[in-house]
Amino acid sequence: MTHDTSPAIELRGAGKAFRTPSGALHTAVRELDLTVGRGEFVAVVGPTGCGKSTTLTLVSGLEEPTEGEVLVGGEPVRGIGTDVGFVFQQDAVFPWRTVLSNVMAGPRFRGAAKAEARERARDWLARVGLSAFEDRYPHQLSGGQRKRVALAATFVNDPSILLMDEPFSALDVQTRALMSDQLLDLWAGTGSSVVFVTHDLEESIALADKVVVMTAGPATVKQVFTIDLPRPRKVEEVRLEPRFIEIYREIWSSLGEEVRITRERGTGNAA
Amino acid sequence: MLPESATLPQQPAKPTDRTAARARAVRNRTLLVQGCRLLVLAAVLGLWEWFARTGVIDPFNFSMPSRIGDQIWTWTTHGTAQGSLGAQVWATLYEALYGWLIGVTAGVLLGIALGRVRFLADVFGPYVKVLNAMPRIVLAPIFLIWFGLGPASKIASAVVLVFFPVFFNAFQGAREVDRNLVANARILGASNRQVTFQVVIPSATAWIFTSLHVSFGFSLIGAIVGEYIGATQGIGLLVANSQGTLNSAGVYAAMVILAVVALAAEGLLTLVEKRLFRWKPVQPGAER
Ligand SMILES: Nc1ncnc2c1ncn2[C@@H]1O[C@H](COP(=O)(O)OP(=O)(O)O)[C@@H](O)[C@H]1O
Ligand SMILES: [Mg+2]
Repeated sequence: MTHDTSPAIELRGAGKAFRTPSGALHTAVRELDLTVGRGEFVAVVGPTGCGKSTTLTLVSGLEEPTEGEVLVGGEPVRGIGTDVGFVFQQDAVFPWRTVLSNVMAGPRFRGAAKAEARERARDWLARVGLSAFEDRYPHQLSGGQRKRVALAATFVNDPSILLMDEPFSALDVQTRALMSDQLLDLWAGTGSSVVFVTHDLEESIALADKVVVMTAGPATVKQVFTIDLPRPRKVEEVRLEPRFIEIYREIWSSLGEEVRITRERGTGNAA
Repeated sequence: MLPESATLPQQPAKPTDRTAARARAVRNRTLLVQGCRLLVLAAVLGLWEWFARTGVIDPFNFSMPSRIGDQIWTWTTHGTAQGSLGAQVWATLYEALYGWLIGVTAGVLLGIALGRVRFLADVFGPYVKVLNAMPRIVLAPIFLIWFGLGPASKIASAVVLVFFPVFFNAFQGAREVDRNLVANARILGASNRQVTFQVVIPSATAWIFTSLHVSFGFSLIGAIVGEYIGATQGIGLLVANSQGTLNSAGVYAAMVILAVVALAAEGLLTLVEKRLFRWKPVQPGAER
């Protein structure tokens, strides 16, 4: 049974070890304790390769934890939940489907009638500003437009849990700011809980209610910071505020150390 | 034109002029390539004819283009010893198409099934490898014994030749599906069945189509070899009969007809492919 008081997402001592081709166990994340409240926007930052993506796959149900528990809406995760949306780091739109058909895919997979799916898809395409492009194929779009298709395709399913894995990392700086604002707008109307993974500290502060800093891999939660910047926010403006810079310094003193450890390890391996 | 521009010849050409010049250069190149192609063909045919007529090569064995042309003309207007030319072409085409369809269907279905279901791949993998290692064209005489002189034995030869390349490409295509796309589909709510039909098969079609081109050629080979060994109809029988009557022009003429049929089929396939792959980006430079 779902309790209304239970948090949206809860990780209790969760860990994941992968079996490498040589047969050894490789720990990607360990002893993760994390709570995401309903309607909360949580950003996860950490050095590259520390285990951020792995954390998201545990919450999504794409992978099972090898240790501990992962709860969504108070229930242990078993397989892929119907209230989860996932925006991937790499392009994951279907290249053989048009823009409209891509956005219709979710409702159609879930058994919606064609007309209804089309209507909902058109609605979300309008919200991301792609109505004029509904007949195009993904290769005919820019990277930013493809990301917007991915956002519309995710939001059209009305997920109460939204997982995003460095969704804007492949975009140029201006497009990224634009997309961040658009994401905040889209999210504001839904009341969904978001876990947004990034390695960009500025982006995480500008977007989130809470920033989780991960340690160098195998990752665990190092520290959680509450971001008390008022909403609604515009990412380009909010980053100039004195409070933003204060928060940035504070978090960087924690994150910077982990980044340095990762970097030293990298040079150590290369040598 | 204004007089002052005429007095300034060093002025850089306007962009529109350069665009026109570029277009002209492209057109000229195309013409040059086409012209050279024709020239090469004419040279080869001309030399062949000339050598045969002057006795440098033996016209009895090597024939000559004019005789081959005559032979095709005779067959077209008066029919062959075994019936009209159209009927021969159709007989071969019928066997090849039939064999091709069966081989492609079986290859695609089994390829995707084994590519998707690990268990099946583990069980059947070694057998597929063994069968593929066999020179399957030697099965043609066996099929003749099993299925007789009619089309069935030729269809069977075509099927065994077509099946394997299609199977391996479908298998590979199903294996190499972008893991991200599959994960995305599952998150969006796709069942296993929907993943197979709406993600795996569409992404494997590019692989499958590559094999379709080669495999139609194979099915023609299967049909021809089958006819050559024993048949009552077909281009392969035409080759066998021409050879039996020491008519070398007939053998070459049959080959020419076969080449035309194969090219026409290839063109048709390319047309279908273009329609099916509208979602693919055009390769840079492919439009020329
Ligand atoms: N499927 C997998 N099999 C084996 N190792 C994996 C797999 N996925 C991730 N890893 C390893 O787990 C670690 C964390 O990866 P990931 O979660 O992708 O990091 P991040 O997203 O923080 O860059 C890396 O060392 C990576 O090599
Ligand atoms: Mg990652």
